[in-house]
Amino acid sequence: MDVSAEAKRIMVQALSKMYGSRSQRGGLRLHRSLLLTLVMKSARDIYHSARAASESQDSQEEKPAASDSPSDPPRGEDESMDTSSPEVPEEPPKSASAAEPTHAEEDQENRSPVRVDRHSRKRRGKTATEPDFLPCKRAKMDSGEVLRILQDATLRSNSGQCARGTDTLPGAHMLRAVATC
Amino acid sequence: MTPPTPASPSPCTFWLGLGAQISSGFSRLSPPCCVFFAGSDIDTRKINNSFLRDHNYATEADIISTVEFNSTGELLATGDKGGRVVVFQREQESKNQPHRRGEYNVYSTFQSHEPEFDYLKSLEIEEKINKIRWLPQQNAAYFLLSTNDKTVKLWKISERDKRPEGYNLKDEDGRIRDPTTITALRVPVLRPMDLMVEATPRRVFSNAHTYHINSISVNSDYETYMSTDDLRINLWHLEITNRSFNIVDIKPANMEELTEVITAAEFHPNQCNTFVYSSSKGSIRLCDMRAAALCDNHSKFFEEPEDPSNRSFFSEIISSISDVKFSHSGRYLMTRDYLTVKVWDLNMESKPLETYQVHDYLRSKLCSLYENDCIFDKFECVWNGTDSVLMTGSYNNFFRMFDRNTKRDVTLEASRENSKPRAILKPRKVCVGGKRRKDEISVDSLDFSKKILHTAWHPSENIIAVAATNNLYIFQDKVN
Repeated sequence: MDVSAEAKRIMVQALSKMYGSRSQRGGLRLHRSLLLTLVMKSARDIYHSARAASESQDSQEEKPAASDSPSDPPRGEDESMDTSSPEVPEEPPKSASAAEPTHAEEDQENRSPVRVDRHSRKRRGKTATEPDFLPCKRAKMDSGEVLRILQDATLRSNSGQCARGTDTLPGAHMLRAVATC
Repeated sequence: MTPPTPASPSPCTFWLGLGAQISSGFSRLSPPCCVFFAGSDIDTRKINNSFLRDHNYATEADIISTVEFNSTGELLATGDKGGRVVVFQREQESKNQPHRRGEYNVYSTFQSHEPEFDYLKSLEIEEKINKIRWLPQQNAAYFLLSTNDKTVKLWKISERDKRPEGYNLKDEDGRIRDPTTITALRVPVLRPMDLMVEATPRRVFSNAHTYHINSISVNSDYETYMSTDDLRINLWHLEITNRSFNIVDIKPANMEELTEVITAAEFHPNQCNTFVYSSSKGSIRLCDMRAAALCDNHSKFFEEPEDPSNRSFFSEIISSISDVKFSHSGRYLMTRDYLTVKVWDLNMESKPLETYQVHDYLRSKLCSLYENDCIFDKFECVWNGTDSVLMTGSYNNFFRMFDRNTKRDVTLEASRENSKPRAILKPRKVCVGGKRRKDEISVDSLDFSKKILHTAWHPSENIIAVAATNNLYIFQDKVN
């Protein structure tokens, strides 16, 4: 599971780098943001395939990778989740690491891409429902990516069949809220 | 004046220094004939042929961001993060002091760009000089183009060594003379004065780039030049500042579909209709301006298929090309990505002619380099005058040279501690395995904050300029 843990770490770092680059002098660097987006995508793909391989699945069908075009490199101007960054790093590792169940979750695995897809198609882009705890500005940075990472983790950990403690539910709820922006 | 050292047998002799054998002749790379340590005020005292600074701290504004020789090598320009340009001029060699062969002294310093604020986007525009390109010399004055993220400026650097004296209506200090004291008329004459070098901005090319300018390149027609940002390339006429032509535009209609950006571009050295641009995906496109007004369709496309065994999280980042340079002959292209330097033959698009590993020992460290942001560093690369040697920078103030003919390479270090005037630069080695020999440095001891991103090679002689953060080192080949 090293690979998936590393993938997660990389994704989280990419997010925080993107977040940090918003405040740097000279404005957002398109090239750097694009590279970070690609790294996140790459890490996410590897994370998925590592998870799939670890649970002895057959190929997950059509990964979300196919349907998402490399998501919008942040355009720089606006902002995004101000308070999310500190929280995001904690939540995915927690939920995902706890959500490495030993039993197969075939249905969840097969379902989640589709659900993520649908969800992301609906949510991707600029229109957003405002999560209650965030300042009300539109998210510009790579919301599609964040969505898929977080929702993946959330969905897996919150599926009915999963024997998970209820203590993660509030966290998951927050995740989902974060993801919708 | 001694004739310039013939570059053609070879700079390959630089690498005879590898190992114990350093043969005589042309083989020694001696540092530094001058070392410049930048500070906010240029101290012109020379001690042992170096400009020494008393203070060691480096202010961020002093970080050198570009280095460029002019077409004769007589002048060397550096730009820094603070928006300043410092121009060095080579001393004329004199018979009296033969050992002071052609050293570089400060010639002119000026503030090229100031920080600006874009009110519409609420963004600050950095004054950092991204690139300097010299124009070929056509009269007594020197011209260069310097650019920051948004604006290109044409600067004229000229000397004034005479001034008119003997005005009738005012005296030498400029005070108006009392008309009653004027009893005779005289014609003002030009008299010699102390040399003054002045830099004046002659053109300002602005408001043409939405994204950050990363390159400028002067065309061989000496009338036009191009400026390149992340998504577009604009063609300018040097005389016209209020209009430019867009010749490449890779901005997708929907920014969410963006997959690559332009990282560098350059005009062909002799064909004024040809230019290349490199992308963040590791490909190079050669375009012909005769084919269409908008050169979105390339004439040639250079890309090497990725080696699947090297695939990692960071494959996209390390394959992004940070610099592209035509050879002087115009026959070859050199590209730099994070770990390698590649030479391409313009006639072969499928794969590079030669690939050189700059610091392959970093391949296993990509994750840490990603964490400390070093993986995003953009290294430049240069050809020597005869296109037989390549040079590029690395970390720990190391820089590397590759001889294309002998296939030998050398790692050298630019640092104050290792450089005494007239001493020879010792080749360095990075140890990758377990056993570290005496002079080797292990990968984990490398200082990643000391990076050499910008270097320049004299167009005809073996003189190189290496920018190490806020210091400029000039090394030359020692002949005797």
